[in-house]
Amino acid sequence: MENFYETYAVPGFWMLLGVLAVTIVVLICVAYITYAERKVMGAMQLRQGPSTVGPFGLLQPFADGLKLMMKENIVPTGADRFVYYLAPALTFVFALVAWAVIPFDSKLVLANINVGVLYLFAISSLGVYGIILAGWAPNSRYAFLGGLRSAAQMVSYEVSLGLVIVCVLLCTGTLNLVELVEAPRPFWQWILLFPMLVVFFISALAETNRAPFDLPEGESEIVGGYNVEYGAFAFALFFIGEYANMMLLSGMTVILFLGGWLPPFGMDFAPFTWIPGPVWFLLKIAVVLFCFVWARATMPRYRYDQLMRLGWKIFLPFSLVYVVFVAGVLLATNSLPGQ
Amino acid sequence: MIIELAFYLFSAVLIAAAAGVVFAKNPVHSVLLLILCFFNAAGLMLLLGAEFLALIMVIVYVGAVAVLFLFVVMMLDVNFEQLRKGFTKFLPFGLGVGGVLLAQLIFVFSNWPAMIVSPRQPMPDPTQVTNTEALGRILYTDYFYIFQISGIILLVAMIGAIVLTQRTRGGVLRQNIAQQTQRTREETVEMVNVAVGAGIEIPGDAK
Repeated sequence: MENFYETYAVPGFWMLLGVLAVTIVVLICVAYITYAERKVMGAMQLRQGPSTVGPFGLLQPFADGLKLMMKENIVPTGADRFVYYLAPALTFVFALVAWAVIPFDSKLVLANINVGVLYLFAISSLGVYGIILAGWAPNSRYAFLGGLRSAAQMVSYEVSLGLVIVCVLLCTGTLNLVELVEAPRPFWQWILLFPMLVVFFISALAETNRAPFDLPEGESEIVGGYNVEYGAFAFALFFIGEYANMMLLSGMTVILFLGGWLPPFGMDFAPFTWIPGPVWFLLKIAVVLFCFVWARATMPRYRYDQLMRLGWKIFLPFSLVYVVFVAGVLLATNSLPGQ
Repeated sequence: MIIELAFYLFSAVLIAAAAGVVFAKNPVHSVLLLILCFFNAAGLMLLLGAEFLALIMVIVYVGAVAVLFLFVVMMLDVNFEQLRKGFTKFLPFGLGVGGVLLAQLIFVFSNWPAMIVSPRQPMPDPTQVTNTEALGRILYTDYFYIFQISGIILLVAMIGAIVLTQRTRGGVLRQNIAQQTQRTREETVEMVNVAVGAGIEIPGDAK
């Protein structure tokens, strides 16, 4: 029993605390991403954005959340009730579990596993289930069309996302996220990987169903898409899931391409090293998230065939060729990792 | 102790879910239970320390194959009455296949210790190399040709699938983006001074 206490209960307790801390930080960030999105879009469209609830409208996300919690939940008559409730829960859970392996600093990570990159890729490929089931369960045509669109879109863009990740792995030679950030990369490798950063970012937009790839919820064609039959807190779970996924993919972008928690542009000297790693990490995530919002305020929505063409006929061949190119350059300059 | 508990948990859920796949009335529920099976199998692989295989299993089977299953099953309107009718017809055949598999399993497990063939080379020490590295070393050295050949077979299958489904239909308006972006102002816009009451002939519109 003594043994049980020391080997399982104490570490379990600390792990639980860590999980709670990460979850709460992510959820608060998500709340303020929605606020920031509305403020930034407002500024870009010469409006105010939320300004009434609390100073500068800062309490708006909580007001919205409270409103959704108070509302009555209505389940459509023909719905498959179990799957109907399963779908938002899945979206929410998959958006959160991925944060288990995200390193906020070289020591500040819940689970520092050897195959962190694969874990992230696996979890981000599971996000599609929440959406496809949400499209099917309520037995509604518009929701079903939205679900199908979304599933096809996410499966298509995952392929190029995977190949982009392979390019980074070729340069760093590890699947461990902490080692990946800390792997020494000469300056020319950052330049070499820059085109892949662009491809990754655009694929991330498509993977999270964000504008200009937000056809699954194209309100002018299919009402509200996959979540049209959801109201109250089930809808809130989809909403939180979408924003947590945005933040997660921004986090992946930062870890793979922008140096994680290290000061940017290799500025590892006095004033910049005083700022702790997690702050740098969150700041970089904020920059990428700003680009998400920027794209939404700027771009018109793609048409479905254009979206598929971009994914399969442009990004896939380009990233495939680029994998070969990166491997060739590394081999030619004799800088493959592990030599 | 926790490891044993986890093993029994994963295997129990795996077997229950596998039974559910067969017995579920709704095909979508069957696919969902199949996904649960995949997850638990990945969990069992994790317990064995095969973390790379476990995650590849989740990525390939759950993330891609099962999505396509679900896609197809949702699109098809499966008629349960007809499926039930086929049950008695295919029962002897199914029993035969099941019987052969069962006999093979009994044969293998009754001779279990004798059946273990010593591996061609000793397994790498898991404390020294990660299992991603160990797998890579084996696949790209000893089994390089077999690995490449299986890749080529998959490529051929992929091209075959594309050829089989590719068909050209008439009367479809296709957007040719290269053509669109190559158009110049001279080809598309023409400034014409039209005399009042005279009208003009539109170039592309002449019948």
